[in-house]
Amino acid sequence: MPSSLVDGNSLLAIDIGASNTRAVLFDVIEGEYRFVAAGIAPTTAEAPFKDVAEGARDAITNLQKILGRNLLDASRGLITPSQSNGTGVDALVVTLSAGPTIKTVIVGLLKDVSVESARRLTESTYTRIVDTIGLNDLRKPDQQIDSLLRLRPDLVVITGGTDGGASLSIQKLLEPIGLASFLMPEEKRPAVLFAGNEKMEAEVKTLVGSLATSLHFSPNVRPSLETEDIDPAERELARMMVNIRKRQIKGVDLLDLWSGGHILPTAYATGRMVRFLAKVYGAKKGILSIDLGASAAVIAAGFNGKSTLKVLPQFGLGENLPSLLNHTTLEDILRWSSLDISTGVLRDYLYQKSLYPSTIAATREDLAMAQAVARQALYLAMQSARRDFPQNIASIKPNLTPLFEPIIAGGGALSDASRPGHSLLLLLDAIQPVGVTTIIIDQNNLLPLLGVAASQNNILPVQVLESGAFLSVGTVISPVVSAKYGTPILKAKLTYENGAEARVELKYGTIETLPLANGETGSLSVQGLRGADVGFGSGRSGTIPVSGGALGVVFDGRGRPLELPSDAVRRRELIKKWTWTLGGE
Amino acid sequence: MQAPVNHIIGLTSIVRERLLPVSGNVLARIGQKVTPMDVIAETRWAREHVLLDVARLLRVSPNAADRLVKCKVDDRLAASTEIAVGKGLFPRSVRTPRDGRVVAVGGGQVLMEVGEAKLELRAGIPGTVIEVIANRGAVIQTAGALVQGVWGNGRIDSGLLVNVSETPDSMLTVGKLDISLRGSIILAGMVKDAETLDAAADLPVRGLILSSIFPSLLQKAREMRYPIMVTDGFGAMPMNSAAYKLLSTNIKREVTVNAETFDRYSGTKPEVIIPLPVSSDPPVPREVETFAVGLQIRMRRPPFMGMTGSIVSIKPGLSVLPSGLRAPAAEVKLENNETVVAPLVNLEVVG
Repeated sequence: MPSSLVDGNSLLAIDIGASNTRAVLFDVIEGEYRFVAAGIAPTTAEAPFKDVAEGARDAITNLQKILGRNLLDASRGLITPSQSNGTGVDALVVTLSAGPTIKTVIVGLLKDVSVESARRLTESTYTRIVDTIGLNDLRKPDQQIDSLLRLRPDLVVITGGTDGGASLSIQKLLEPIGLASFLMPEEKRPAVLFAGNEKMEAEVKTLVGSLATSLHFSPNVRPSLETEDIDPAERELARMMVNIRKRQIKGVDLLDLWSGGHILPTAYATGRMVRFLAKVYGAKKGILSIDLGASAAVIAAGFNGKSTLKVLPQFGLGENLPSLLNHTTLEDILRWSSLDISTGVLRDYLYQKSLYPSTIAATREDLAMAQAVARQALYLAMQSARRDFPQNIASIKPNLTPLFEPIIAGGGALSDASRPGHSLLLLLDAIQPVGVTTIIIDQNNLLPLLGVAASQNNILPVQVLESGAFLSVGTVISPVVSAKYGTPILKAKLTYENGAEARVELKYGTIETLPLANGETGSLSVQGLRGADVGFGSGRSGTIPVSGGALGVVFDGRGRPLELPSDAVRRRELIKKWTWTLGGE
Repeated sequence: MQAPVNHIIGLTSIVRERLLPVSGNVLARIGQKVTPMDVIAETRWAREHVLLDVARLLRVSPNAADRLVKCKVDDRLAASTEIAVGKGLFPRSVRTPRDGRVVAVGGGQVLMEVGEAKLELRAGIPGTVIEVIANRGAVIQTAGALVQGVWGNGRIDSGLLVNVSETPDSMLTVGKLDISLRGSIILAGMVKDAETLDAAADLPVRGLILSSIFPSLLQKAREMRYPIMVTDGFGAMPMNSAAYKLLSTNIKREVTVNAETFDRYSGTKPEVIIPLPVSSDPPVPREVETFAVGLQIRMRRPPFMGMTGSIVSIKPGLSVLPSGLRAPAAEVKLENNETVVAPLVNLEVVG
């Protein structure tokens, strides 16, 4: 039995999602870490169980059936470390996204400075901002107290003041927080994170320390007016999230114990992995991860040393679905549908699905609605996340999606897509990548698990990533160009490893593919026409190495931003044609 | 695979916890027989606060202000009561703006809660108090029929059950509501217009049991002062046959509609309780089931959404659905005698 993880210990990773819990085993096979198998079971955060450990045990039990060996003992406890008879595992890590959205109040001084930083920080995890208190707030302190008592936040995030700067104004803002907490029953008091002026730690302890369920400090998110540094506070917030969940949901404490504290919010673990990849690959382009699940849409982007993590519960495909209509219209959702569906039917679908988030589409009409909703939710999530991307990142046009390589996508919405072509078209429609991008589907939702595993074992994520556990859909070429439908906009020649060639002439408004199987590589020469730009410059040509995937090399000639025909019949015909081209029905 | 359960049961023991939102006095006693309208706990609750910045009003330091404040925590003060007086020839004073109770004093400030109102917690269901939860409420047990729904407007009331729906897919309209229904709990079908909800309020009715409601009416329904419980969902859905049969065979009985908001984490669901006389306590319903042959189920997604049936077989491995998705599934014989393959996650056990 190995004693060090680096020597090759087995690692069990459990992801507790809003709908499903997955138990995934990583182990050393032929000298390298590999994804071995996954067991899945419904999450048991909700009534009647109200104990996530039950769902975790069920998922492990299902994994055991696949593996043919026991990981749980007779009393359903985890066997650790692994035994000489093959039972058990050496280590456990956990990611968690189940649970009600954390009601959060943000507090800061200036609306466009510290309050904005507080918002960005808060949106890095599974929260919903229910109130904002700042210098611009015209309410009296007693009105703020009443608001806090009515809203009963789970979390208060306080920012404000540059290091050594303003303190009196912050004190004033803290008073209603302290008084409201004082008036709440002890078990209902919020956790408080102070990420402001570091010189105020003692005063903050005095004003709210004894009145919060827990008071945490992190380095100032705004050490100066011009500088924002959210990463350390994100880390602290991730720890606080786990503690809040321990209070809210039974079983989290047991999993925390089993894992020796290696438990992280799923989104934070994903963000950590994206930061890691951005650092390792250090490319000029960014790395993008999207996870569209029942609890939230999670967008994590890494750009050569900088990163953005956005958790957007308002775009989750579960119980929050009806509130999607606060951000969009039924008509805008239906523009993505390949079938003729009325707005009334779609509205009923959104409400009905919110009752039963774990249900799946059994009919073609239901799937068409699910896919249309997923497209619009992801489209809006991307628009929202882009506002917080760093300045001066690689792009073809500033108002378009930045250049990414690769884009890694996971989550229930993509599992709901029955074929890789469906998933790819969903991603192309919603993200609208530009230039040359590899699209990877994280079909087993491994990325966050690798992110949390990295805290236990830094070799495992690298080896699993390179092992083919992720499904490469292919390389996508998306020229930026404006033209009339049917006008040639790009010529391309793919030269295979064996010297064979394949050519395509891409017309505006169409999608084309060239076969290039998974594991194969080739050389792609691209000539932009009519000013089309795939990253070489307007109308310029270039040659790039490309790798294959389930759909080979895909050319998306629909222009950026993607504008669908306003005529509904024509639009639906085109969507069917694009789906057909990508191997869908 | 474990199955979600929705209770539609002809006779069962129903145990419900009824709690105040804040601490107060519990009036109920163990063994006490209660009716739905009996008050079992009460408290006084102030939802507003007034923060008096004595230091600023008297233009003194917070420490000095604290020495001048004459009230203390828990003092009940009438409006215009002087709570602090400054010093000097023409001293300033601070008075309470409203009647209220002092909840905090310090830092040169006085915090009062004002606008206190009496809050009464009613039993909600008829039955026997089997447990008292100190300062919060009680647990009540009864025996009878139970029908759980999917949406409620947060209200609760009791009355005689009257059926105005000829079939499970009837539409409730203004024309069906007449004065003879005043004070009744109405078993209806779907509702698609606000006028019908208003007409029910005008009678007034004691409650509506609907099969479905159009999403555009939800806000209006929340504003109604009578309970509204929806059994099946949103849009135009007929009532599932199990619920319709059970409710329509209990007409003219006294029923309670507790249209609690559905909360997936706490497990609260809107429900109709029909107390029935029993010689011994029937069993408590099972909250957890495992999908198995013979279980009665309800379809939660199309096709046949809302229809009930029974599991004929659990399919091995994954089944390909008409949508193209693959999932663990069961063969289900529906009440219309049609047999379909449905994914397990789209089923819930009824019983």
